[in-house]
Amino acid sequence: MLIASMSAGAKKSWNWSLWIGFLFALTGFFSYTFFAQFPITRDFPWANLLLFATGGILLVLGLFRAFGKPRVYRGKILGPILAILGIFMFGFFSYVFFYVLWQVPPSTGAPRVGQKAPEFTLSDQDGKDVSLRDLTSRSKAVALIFYRGFW
Amino acid sequence: MRSFQQTLPELESRGIQVVAISVDAPDINRRQRQKLGYIYTFLSDPKAEVIRRYDLLHRSAGPKGTDIARPAEFLIDSSGTIRWVNLTENIAIRARPEQVLEAFERGEQATPQ
Repeated sequence: MLIASMSAGAKKSWNWSLWIGFLFALTGFFSYTFFAQFPITRDFPWANLLLFATGGILLVLGLFRAFGKPRVYRGKILGPILAILGIFMFGFFSYVFFYVLWQVPPSTGAPRVGQKAPEFTLSDQDGKDVSLRDLTSRSKAVALIFYRGFW
Repeated sequence: MRSFQQTLPELESRGIQVVAISVDAPDINRRQRQKLGYIYTFLSDPKAEVIRRYDLLHRSAGPKGTDIARPAEFLIDSSGTIRWVNLTENIAIRARPEQVLEAFERGEQATPQ
């Protein structure tokens, strides 16, 4: 009996769709820094959502195999674990993308088109003082980019 | 910011100077510039005074709840007048150099010199 069940276990096929599906979800979760290099996949995470969708389909397929054909496929324990991890990754990614990134102050008091840009003097990367007047007098126009910083 | 480095020759050939501002200290800016190969100017506003003056402060959004700048881009002409502003509603969506070039061209057409 024991030998029979062991041999039955050994004969079960690798449930590849679970693992590949999880791999897709993992890639979807971690690959945004790569896709952020290209404007199309940066402004809206098309590539990441596509990876998550593919991963989701494969994970569901894997679960159907694990629970629908438990004699053929493995993954009754691992399947739900990978699926839940996948859901968490997708949930966290969506939370960041569709909520956190949109939390930007309104800046209603920011200088507008046609107004004079407020004057300032700040240190450049070499510790040298640079004023807005220096910058504007040196060129036809100045593109001033405020960014969050690297810290 | 990378896209502005990549487009820098084109921007500079029209007389547009690119300048970045954040709360980062000058030595961080110097290191980052070297590491990432950026050659335009990086200004340091550690107390966020200028950032505040431009109403671009994002409270507690930095490390350990410090105040930092929200992303924003301005095109300022040689008289110091603002010609174009981009205030994004999403941290990840920044202005592209093409938008700056377009705004600059529009300005040039409006005021031929």
